Amino acid sequence: MGSALTVARRELAGYFATPVAYVFIVIFLIMSGALTFTLGNFFDRGTADLQPFFGFVPWLFLFLVPALTMRLWAEERRLGTIELLLTLPITQWQAVLGKFLAAWIFCGIALALTFPLVLTVNYLGNPDNGVIATGYVGCLLVAGTYLAVGAAISALTKNQVIAFVLAVAVCFLFAAAGSPVVTEFLSTRLPALAEIARGISITDRLSGFSRGVVTLRDIVFFASFIGFWLFANAVAVDHRKAD
Amino acid sequence: MSALIEIDRLTKRFGSFTAVDDVSFTVARGEVLGFLGPNGAGKSTTMKMLAGFVTPSSGTARICGEDVVDRPVAAKRHLGYLPEGAPTYPEMTVAGFLAFAARIRGFRGSEAEDRIAHAMRLTTLEGVRLQPIETLSKGFKRRVGLAQALLHDPPVLVLDEPTDGLDPNQKHEVRRLISQMAPSKAIVISTHILEEVSAICSRAIIIARGRILADSTPAELASRGPSLDAVFRALTLPQEAA
Repeated sequence: MGSALTVARRELAGYFATPVAYVFIVIFLIMSGALTFTLGNFFDRGTADLQPFFGFVPWLFLFLVPALTMRLWAEERRLGTIELLLTLPITQWQAVLGKFLAAWIFCGIALALTFPLVLTVNYLGNPDNGVIATGYVGCLLVAGTYLAVGAAISALTKNQVIAFVLAVAVCFLFAAAGSPVVTEFLSTRLPALAEIARGISITDRLSGFSRGVVTLRDIVFFASFIGFWLFANAVAVDHRKAD
Repeated sequence: MSALIEIDRLTKRFGSFTAVDDVSFTVARGEVLGFLGPNGAGKSTTMKMLAGFVTPSSGTARICGEDVVDRPVAAKRHLGYLPEGAPTYPEMTVAGFLAFAARIRGFRGSEAEDRIAHAMRLTTLEGVRLQPIETLSKGFKRRVGLAQALLHDPPVLVLDEPTDGLDPNQKHEVRRLISQMAPSKAIVISTHILEEVSAICSRAIIIARGRILADSTPAELASRGPSLDAVFRALTLPQEAA
């Protein structure tokens, strides 16, 4: 764990040493704020909560998180630093975990910087701050799942554009699996698949969190989802590291 | 004292192409082994397997008795490795990069600082310690890679083309550094510069098409023909044509 944290620390410092961090955070804050107030009808809804915000964040992450992960391994390969990293006395697991943790902490920082929204609803009304807290936890878990998917795909290809497009596509699959369009289509044509689609849907799992309902099942789902993709990531790094 | 580096029937195949073909040798403390061969001969692949980066198709290597396949982390602790091209993280400062290397090797606090200072002194990097690595010249970048490899004073050093891209003065400095460390370590360097082998290596292995063609002292190799250059050509050209 110590080595993974050392790797994470270096990675995180790397984000802030380049414009990547600032562009990501600024765009995320502008988009999440703008969408909440315009499409989300923040004022007209007349309720003091952050439902519209929690509704948009997963879709924003769908594009922003793969932009973060596309360079995760691809960049190490391009620079040749993967050879340096993997010949240090650490296991591949620690390298995979360290990179993932850094990106996750970074997403956490971006989410934390949306705190003016929390202050705003508290100024305007009396929101249930417990629900807001679970909503944030849910958003962080969604970021983690997209990160795990994106990082694993980044380990498979040297090409950052391919890594981005594939990661968006796979994340979209899991995000859209629970949407009414997909489930209605599947339940009329392929009822057997409809249940599966709902089961793997990330947005379905998130809806509980944004209503303040946290169940063990959802936690287990997110943990095993992230665990599975990190495992795939380690396998991919092991097989393709020297290509 | 047994050999610090043992390479045991190491083989690497990429599809139908055999990059390294049944290579075995050992390197003892105090030896500086020059690894010679044309481009694509399998030098870098052998070194990458020794460093635990490329997984061998068959055979194995041991560093200080630790198997690089079965006990990779233990083997890597005893190893200082400079990959080909000396890759480093461009956005980090020299001091930041070396601090990362020190931390990951388990050094903390004043011990880490002492190690970093010592490594920078050996490679004369003190003047650029707070500069981002991407702003440095090729020679400095190479020395940053070298400093990272020397930081933990490892018993085994594997340096892939350590003097490539350096000016004559810097080359001289690196050679002097290697000679100075030689008595206490087992060192493997790969190079294209044959004078370098005569200057610093106590032993030379010539490899082509993944096979060892000669394993001897530079002086003995040179005495086989008019010059080391001529011997190198005579050994490797027929292999390349084949």
